[in-house]
Amino acid sequence: MTITPELLATHKLNAAEYEKIVSLLGREPSITELGIFSVMWSEHCSYKSSRVHLKKLPTKSKYVLLGPGENAGIIDIGGGYGVAFKIESHNHPSFIEPFQGAATGVGGILRDIFTMGARPIAVMDAIRFGPLDDPDYGKRNQRILEGVVSGIAHYGNCFGVPTVGGECTFHPSYNGNPLVNVFALGVIKADEVFLGRAEGVGNPVIYVGAKTGKDGIHGATMASDEFTEESKQHRPNVQMGDPFMEKLLLEACLEAMKTGAIEGIQDMGAAGLTCSTCEMGSRAGTGMEVDLMHVPQRETGMSAYEIMLSESQERMLLVARKGREQEVFDVFKKWGLDAAIIGTVTADGILRVRHHGVLVAEIPNRALADEAPIYTRSFTKPARNVPMEGPEFKSLDLGADLKALLGSADLCSKHWIWEQYDFMVRTNTIAGPGYDAAIVRVKETGSSVAVSLDGNGRYCYLSPREGAKLMVAEACRNVSTVGALPLAATNNLNFGNPEKPEIMAQLVEAIEGMSEACVFFETPITGGNVSLYNETLGEGILPTPVIGIVGLMKTEAPVKNVFPKAGLDVLLIGSMGDCDLTHFGGTQYANTILKTLWGMPPKLDMAEEKKVQAAIRKLVGDGLVESSHDVGEGGLAVALAECSFGGVGCQVALQSKLRPEFTLFHEGPSRILVSTSQVEKVVALGKELNVEVVRLGSTIVDRFVVDGLLDLPLGELRSTWETALETKLHA
Amino acid sequence: MKFGVVVFPGSNCDHDALWAVSQNLGAEAEFIWHDSRKLPAVDAVILPGGFSYGDYLRCGAIAKFSPVMTAVKKFAADGGLVAGICNGFQILTEAGMLPGALIRNKGQKFVCRPVELEIATTNSPFTNAGHKGDHVTFPVAHGEGCYIADEQTLNQLEAEDRVLFRYIDNPNGSMRNIAGICNAGRNVLGMMPHPERVTEPLMGSSEGLVVFRSMISAFATK
Repeated sequence: MTITPELLATHKLNAAEYEKIVSLLGREPSITELGIFSVMWSEHCSYKSSRVHLKKLPTKSKYVLLGPGENAGIIDIGGGYGVAFKIESHNHPSFIEPFQGAATGVGGILRDIFTMGARPIAVMDAIRFGPLDDPDYGKRNQRILEGVVSGIAHYGNCFGVPTVGGECTFHPSYNGNPLVNVFALGVIKADEVFLGRAEGVGNPVIYVGAKTGKDGIHGATMASDEFTEESKQHRPNVQMGDPFMEKLLLEACLEAMKTGAIEGIQDMGAAGLTCSTCEMGSRAGTGMEVDLMHVPQRETGMSAYEIMLSESQERMLLVARKGREQEVFDVFKKWGLDAAIIGTVTADGILRVRHHGVLVAEIPNRALADEAPIYTRSFTKPARNVPMEGPEFKSLDLGADLKALLGSADLCSKHWIWEQYDFMVRTNTIAGPGYDAAIVRVKETGSSVAVSLDGNGRYCYLSPREGAKLMVAEACRNVSTVGALPLAATNNLNFGNPEKPEIMAQLVEAIEGMSEACVFFETPITGGNVSLYNETLGEGILPTPVIGIVGLMKTEAPVKNVFPKAGLDVLLIGSMGDCDLTHFGGTQYANTILKTLWGMPPKLDMAEEKKVQAAIRKLVGDGLVESSHDVGEGGLAVALAECSFGGVGCQVALQSKLRPEFTLFHEGPSRILVSTSQVEKVVALGKELNVEVVRLGSTIVDRFVVDGLLDLPLGELRSTWETALETKLHA
Repeated sequence: MKFGVVVFPGSNCDHDALWAVSQNLGAEAEFIWHDSRKLPAVDAVILPGGFSYGDYLRCGAIAKFSPVMTAVKKFAADGGLVAGICNGFQILTEAGMLPGALIRNKGQKFVCRPVELEIATTNSPFTNAGHKGDHVTFPVAHGEGCYIADEQTLNQLEAEDRVLFRYIDNPNGSMRNIAGICNAGRNVLGMMPHPERVTEPLMGSSEGLVVFRSMISAFATK
């Protein structure tokens, strides 16, 4: 077959990249080789646009056992155990086929975790959609949301991992490009970590799990492209998930690992057999020789090209110790799964692929994995098309504003979503959906991990650098709010087309901001995912980095996130905060009530933030507070209302020099609401730690009162908040 | 007393059930693999929740053909205590060991949340440690938990005092708010809510222990 420019275009390889392939091989590639290069050098697999900037992120600390580069990062949680965790996107497939796209997103990240030898114990999701009431795309957005949620539920519930939390927000920029970022975390013995390395020349290469079919071919390349009207034709590129198969694969893999017969193992995710064969070889400095006729296949007559590029789900590649293959086969037979030797590890560093004995590809592993092009793409100023100064406005009715905020799609209760997820299976969920951070018990150690996912596209659009810092601060604050110490992070960078300098600038600034904050809060990034080309018809999404922060705490009953009873003091840890018109432009009030965006995100003082977080950890750890909840989007009024939705309200007086709209709704960070019966001790601790403690008022029955500003019956507020999402979905 | 927890391919509440009876109740317990044709020496069998064999076709429809179910049937016929929870309940109805069927929830969606139940009778080896009329809160987590049966069967269940748990706030549309039933011999339980998930204060409550404590006291007085 001749390599034509058209053929290159369908493989998303440019002329320069093709020339590099020819020079690396010293000849023209075969069609199979071209396919292999195209997926390995895709943005999705090679990080060619982001790699130079990702190097700026901190990746080490005394807790980090394994940083970026493997299937997932691992941190030490003590007692001889660690947790492996990562976040990954499945944005493009979820737009084309929401149910399967989201389901296989869950499946993919779960395999990343258990391929290391960790048993998954928690999943979380950060998902974003176009508005449900969008005049043009509302119905479609509703359908995508319902499909994504049921896809996540289908896969996680059947697999038997609890989906313990996440976030879900809306913006028109996601109309044609929803975001589905899935986080998973598993428990692992610190000295029994399995890596994706093909060690040991002569060792057999074994394929296990589901059979290979024609689904998902070129999924990774698709994920590295913008959407056009024709994108729906990519539906066959979306894989089909089978959570039952994955559950069997999990149990079989963990059991096979215990035999001691496995040398290395890697899941077949994006770019399937191609990625697993060449990455395992390249990491170990070895080569691999395989014959595709041994690959279990779902249909007859598949070409080498199709077998190498298939992204069929629920498959793993492993290297066993020579002579001990049977131990591996026995385990997989017990679980009713295919296992077949497809080749051997070689010394020459070359990936040699045969099909029925005929050589179809012969590529140095290094060329695929390490020689991928790296682009230092030019960047200018981040894309931004909103004014710095905001409009004149005055609230007509603060109570109505609060109700509108609580009933907005971004801030309303998401129970319609998370009640479809089994968030309790495995009986480790100490705090599930609805808490600032989820808390999951680790039965093996007596400790628990707390996790929060956070992102804010509007903040990051106003300032990618400040937005990213705020996001890290918020996620760390969430983890601290439940009493855990933030230890490490994983990131998912969702951006538009990096070939546009103003989009590239968003990516660069967000990474730099994230880096600064992660260094400051001592939460190194142990792995993650970059999803670029999130554009449809030339319209990019808001720059939407998402961070997942993992913290550690002792296992104990969680502090409540709502006021537990009347007669307690309500205190604000941190200050009333400051705000001006410029820094009000990214708030939910500006978004929902004024329906506009301007200015800058809220001001963050990282040193102050760190002090407040230390204070709340101490307050929660010492049992000095009855409830603890972070002040986030929607500001103090929304946070107070959320604290009241357990059925106990509050009466507070807000002493502030700011105008009422700002006092109630500004989103200044570094603030946490608590209720307590030990006010003197809390105040004393604040003094000791040099953190301001503001006494706001007390908890009361049935009403929600902010002296002089708001006086509302609690039931009405709560039902607005609780039913809003369902109402919008069935409008 | 020793519990056996059956592990089907796709069971995913097997570890939870084992943890509940061994760690939280303090009883002996072991797993039983689905292709065992003979049960080990256990005094009660738990069929746990999950998606046995992927629950393709219908929930529990494939599990009923597994070798272990022949052994479980014999165990039950000999008077042994069998508790099917969630998917276990679905398997027991498919296997004909309990009447009725479990179909798609009325709301069409998977539902996971704590629900309030009434202990409808204490005349069973699964509820004897409770009080009739008491309310307990167990979580549900299922897509196919809507209990249905014909009028005659429902009347018979009630006449024979075989409805053990009823929903106070019915999450799935089950007929007559039925959440759990037993067989005519009163030694086989099927229930959709998960008592094993609430057997320690850290998980919100220990109310679920009532089921397993009842089994122990029934066994002791047998």
